[in-house]
Amino acid sequence: MNEQFEPIIKIVDVEKSFGKQKVLKKANLDIYPGKATVIVGGSGSGKSVLLKHMLGLLKPDSGQVLIRGKDIARMKKKELMEVRRDMGVLFQSSALFDSITVYENVALPLRERTKLKEDEIRKIVEEKLALMDLHGVEEKYPAQLSGGMRKRVGLARALVLNPKIVFLDEPTTGLDVKRSEEIYRLFHDTQLKLGYTAVIVSHDAPKIFKLADYVALVADGKIQECLPPEDFQTSENPYVKGFILATMGEIYRGEGESL
Amino acid sequence: MVAACLRGFEFLGDWALYYFNLTGRMGLFMLKAVIATIMPPYKWEPLANQIHFIGAKSLFVILFTGAFTGMVLGLQGYYSLSQFGSESALGSAIGLSLVRELGPVLTALMVTGRAGSAICAEIGIMRNTEQIDALECMAIDPFKFLIAPKLVAAIISVPILAAFFNVVGILGGYLIAVPVLGVNEGAYFQGMYQSVVWDDLYMGLVKSFVFAVIIIGICASKGFYVHLDRAGGFGAEGVSRVTTSAVVLSSVAILVCDYLITAILL
Repeated sequence: MNEQFEPIIKIVDVEKSFGKQKVLKKANLDIYPGKATVIVGGSGSGKSVLLKHMLGLLKPDSGQVLIRGKDIARMKKKELMEVRRDMGVLFQSSALFDSITVYENVALPLRERTKLKEDEIRKIVEEKLALMDLHGVEEKYPAQLSGGMRKRVGLARALVLNPKIVFLDEPTTGLDVKRSEEIYRLFHDTQLKLGYTAVIVSHDAPKIFKLADYVALVADGKIQECLPPEDFQTSENPYVKGFILATMGEIYRGEGESL
Repeated sequence: MVAACLRGFEFLGDWALYYFNLTGRMGLFMLKAVIATIMPPYKWEPLANQIHFIGAKSLFVILFTGAFTGMVLGLQGYYSLSQFGSESALGSAIGLSLVRELGPVLTALMVTGRAGSAICAEIGIMRNTEQIDALECMAIDPFKFLIAPKLVAAIISVPILAAFFNVVGILGGYLIAVPVLGVNEGAYFQGMYQSVVWDDLYMGLVKSFVFAVIIIGICASKGFYVHLDRAGGFGAEGVSRVTTSAVVLSSVAILVCDYLITAILL
């Protein structure tokens, strides 16, 4: 693992149960600045739960989630607000506000959190929508858009305040191959341009490996490995082996090569 | 036998825990909503939108209900009072029952049915589709953004709607009493004028204010915590069940509080 940076997010021994079901059992993970870390794992393995801990939406039963060294679960409301100012999130269901237009959706963080004038807001929103290849949809409502377009609007909204950390929860679930590739391309372009730290939760292995600096596998309530994609594919960890076998087939294991 | 007894206790404990939880959650919800309402900045546009939704859009149904309530009070009151030969007291009977009781209560029940249910479903869907999580992640306080405008709008709208209800009710009663039943016009208004005093209006206002808080407190918190509710959970069905239970609970709470306020203020 890259040692030259201090991790921007550090998950230490996090445990979380829902009722009798123990979802996370002492999970540990470091997220490094400016890198894209992809979290993979089977359905119900706790990927999204882990992500919600990093966002401060869930509090761990025990353990810590440190954002720049500070425990997010113990922050005061004001501190939490400050930390979240630097975060952008694309939710699994896009989570666009369906009673307002696309333009209003993307403009909302600017209106609520900055003192920019309306013409400045318009400029930024149009720029972000153009960055996502969205044209002429400003006055539409989210329900009038296709799934892929909603994701792109969600991504535009997540990036509108130029966040330092961007979280993407299943950015391509429910999209066809072409649309998924489009989202990946847009993500790749914007990360190059804006240089943010990215945490991506995805089902879409092995395709997602192309974008990843690190791949982390969640299984049995723990992070089994967090390695660069090439090393991840050749890992001897039995969970990782199983995962690679299930998603990529024997051929990749055998040759041990990256995509 | 022992097992059956234990199951009884288990059920009772479970029930008690659930309702303690629910009450605590609603109490905290209201507290947070009030704090969010008091703290600046204040935004007028969402407030105006909510007053339009809760107040203006409920006006027609309130006028309609008010008119018919007044008319039926005219008929029933006349029937009862005429047995004692006191038809002339019809005006004060209608005025007092509307201003003190029926105006605020029926208005609140209509607002619960029309706006309360919509608020619960809207917020419940926002919770289920991660929109509330999204607000939090954007560092926008959902209480300030979503709940505060609704609370203030209800506190402004419900008393005004109740006032409309009263006026239309009194006119509806007049319509039945004077032209149809032949009660003297002067007696109808003079009786009302003499018997309805400031204290009666005050009681009506207090009730409307409390009911407005109850409607938002119950309907919005039920929607907001749809994922924690026993009837709720995720999905459309959860939202529909929670909406039903919010309307029922808020109607019952309105009637219970109506009794309590009357008992205290009388």
